[in-house]
Amino acid sequence: MSVLVGEGTRVLVQGITGNEGRFHTQRMLEYGTNVVAGVTPGKGGQEAEGVPVFDTVSEAVGATGANASILFVPPAFAADAILEAAERGIELIVCLTEGIPTHDMIEVRAYLDRRETLLIGPNTPGLISPGTCKLGVMAGYIHKRGPIGILSRSGTLTYEVVHQLTERGIGQSTCVGIGGDPIGGLSFAELLPMFENDPDTEGIVLIGEIGGSAEEEAAATIAESVTVPVVAFVAGRTAPPGRRMGHAGAIITGGSETAGAKIAALREAGVRVAESPAEIGARMAEAIGRRPV
Amino acid sequence: MRIHEYQAKRLFADYGIPVAPSRLATAVEEATTAAEEIGLPVAVKAQIHAGGRGKAGGIVLADTVDEVRGAAERILGAPLVTHQTGPGGRVVKTLLVEKATEVSDELYLGLVVDRARRRIAVMASRAGGVDIEETSRKTPGAILKEWVDPTIGLRPFQAYRLAHRLGLVGGSARGVAGIVRSLGRLFRELDASLAEINPLGLNAKGEPIAIDAKLAFDDNGLFRHPEIRALRDLNEEDPLEVEATSVDLNYIKLDGNVGCLVNGAGLAMATMDLIQHVGARPANFLDVGGGATAEMIEKGFRILIADPDVEAVFINIFGGILRCDVLAEGVVAAAKAVGIDVPVIVRLEGTNVEAGREILERSGLAFRAASDLREAAAKVAAAVEEGS
Repeated sequence: MSVLVGEGTRVLVQGITGNEGRFHTQRMLEYGTNVVAGVTPGKGGQEAEGVPVFDTVSEAVGATGANASILFVPPAFAADAILEAAERGIELIVCLTEGIPTHDMIEVRAYLDRRETLLIGPNTPGLISPGTCKLGVMAGYIHKRGPIGILSRSGTLTYEVVHQLTERGIGQSTCVGIGGDPIGGLSFAELLPMFENDPDTEGIVLIGEIGGSAEEEAAATIAESVTVPVVAFVAGRTAPPGRRMGHAGAIITGGSETAGAKIAALREAGVRVAESPAEIGARMAEAIGRRPV
Repeated sequence: MRIHEYQAKRLFADYGIPVAPSRLATAVEEATTAAEEIGLPVAVKAQIHAGGRGKAGGIVLADTVDEVRGAAERILGAPLVTHQTGPGGRVVKTLLVEKATEVSDELYLGLVVDRARRRIAVMASRAGGVDIEETSRKTPGAILKEWVDPTIGLRPFQAYRLAHRLGLVGGSARGVAGIVRSLGRLFRELDASLAEINPLGLNAKGEPIAIDAKLAFDDNGLFRHPEIRALRDLNEEDPLEVEATSVDLNYIKLDGNVGCLVNGAGLAMATMDLIQHVGARPANFLDVGGGATAEMIEKGFRILIADPDVEAVFINIFGGILRCDVLAEGVVAAAKAVGIDVPVIVRLEGTNVEAGREILERSGLAFRAASDLREAAAKVAAAVEEGS
C-alpha cells in the first residue's frame, strides 16, 4: 500500500515531447513507473521513449486507460492542460510547472473542487512511493521503501530529509511535494488523513516554510485525527519579513505566517518540531523508537 | 512586481477610477510649473515604492508656488526614510504634483489573494488612512470583506453590498460600488497580486476619488502583460539583486556574516536557519535554482563574496537536476578568478557527488568539505569563530 499511487496507476505524460518531458519520462520508466501514454498537441502518432504520443488527453485516455497524469507543460499553457486532464476524468494530476499565474490557479482549483480529480502541485518535484511508482523529477536512488510518509512544500530540502532518513536505514512510504505556489492542489491538511489511513505509514515528516497558513491548518488536522508520530521542520526563521524568497508561497504578510507562529501551532498539536534542518532524520528515528546512528 | 503611485493612477484612469489631475516632475522648476498649470493648492508627493511616505515627510500639501518650490527642493534627490525603506531610505527621483482634493471622509479599499480561501478578497473600511493596519488589528470588525467566486467573478451586487455595508447611500454608494467593480476588473485582467486605495476620499459632493494608489503584480503573470513589465523601476531595487536577476539567480542581501549558495528556495532558507542555529548570521539568500550552469554558479559566487561583510561562505548543494560536478566547476572557476580570503565550507550531495568532490579536491584551493549538514554546521561555526 502507498498513498495516492499504486500498482494500478497508469500514467499519462502531458508535454512528453519537450526536453524535460522526454528526459523524465525515461527516468520514470527506468524507475518502474507504468507510463502508458504521452500528449503533445500536434505530435500525435509519434513515439517518445517508446511511449505512444497523442494530440489530446481524451484520445490518450480512450486508447490507453491512463488514470494519472504528470505535466511538463510551460506556465502559459499549464492551467489549460490541468483542466483538460481533469475534464476527461484523470484521477490524479501532478503538475511540476513553476511560474503559473496565481489567477489561473484560482480558477483551476475552483473547478477541481467540484470534481473528483486530485491535484499535486504546481511547482513541485512530484511524488514517489519508493519501489512502486515515481511521478516526478526527484532522484529515485536516494529513496528507500519503508514506513515514513513525507509531505513537503520544498524540493531540495525534501531530498535532504529523505537522505537523512535513508542514511539511517529508515525508508519512506510515500513522499509528496505539495508545491510552493500560493494556490495549488492538495494541502497538508487534505493529505494528512491519507497518510494516517495508510497501513504502511508509521510516522510522518512535515516540511513547511514561511507564508500562507498551510502549517496552521495541518496542525489542526493533526490534533484532531492523526495518531502516528509527526516530526516537522519549518524553513524561514531567518527570512526577513516582507521579502520574496523564490517560492511565491514564501511571503510573510502578517504575524500568523511567520515561522514562529507555525512552529507554535505545530507544537501545540503535539508535533515534534526540529530546531535545525540537520536534526530532522534524527528526530524521526527517535519518534519511531529507532536508535540514532 | 511593484509600481509607483503615478503609474498605478494612470492604470486607474484607464479603468475609469476617478483620480485628481496631476503632472510628474523630476526637477524643481518642473514642479512649480506643474502646480501653476494644475492650479493651487496641490499635493507634492515623493514617488518611491515604499509605504509610509506621508509620516516621513515625503508628501506635502502646498498652497503657494513658493511652498511647492520649498517642498521639491527638500525632497528631490534626497533619500526618504520610511518604516518600509530600511535605514538608508530611497533617493527620490520623481515627484507627483497633484491637484489637492478636499475630502470629508477617508475610506479604505483593498484587493488581495486570500490563500486560505483560495480566492480574491475585497476589503473595505470606513476607517481609511494611515492607521488602517492598526485598525485591522485592534478592531477586525471594522474591515468588511467580500470574496470573489472565480466561476462567476466579482458581481455587481457584491460591489453594491460592500458600499451599502460601509453605510453609504445614493451617489456615494453607486460611485464606490463602481470603483470596486473597476478595481476588481483591473485586478483580474492585469494579474495583480495587490491593489489598494488608501485613502479613497469622498469629496464635499459625496463623490469618491482615489487619493493614493498601490498596485503590485504577480511576477508569474507578467509574460502576458508587457506593458506592465515595462513599468519596472530598477532604481527601486538593490543593484546586486538586479545583477543576480539578470542571470536568473535569486539573491537577496541580508546583514549577516556567512554567505551562502544553495540550490532550491526551501533548502536555502533551511541553510540560513542552520547558520543562525550555530550562532552565526546569514549574509544573504542565494538560490541558484535547479538548472544552474557553471557560469551561473560562478556569477553567484562572485556576487556573494562581493559583499564586504562576508567572513565565511557555506555552499550547500543537494544535486538533483543540478549536478555536483557542474557546481564544483563553477565554484572553482570563480574562486580562482577572484581569489578568496575567507573559509569556504562545501557540502555536496546527490547527482555526480563523487565527481564534484574530486574537482574541488584537485583544484588546490582550500575548501573545507563536509559530508552532511551536521558536520557543515560545525565547520561554519568554527570558521566564524576563527574570524572573530
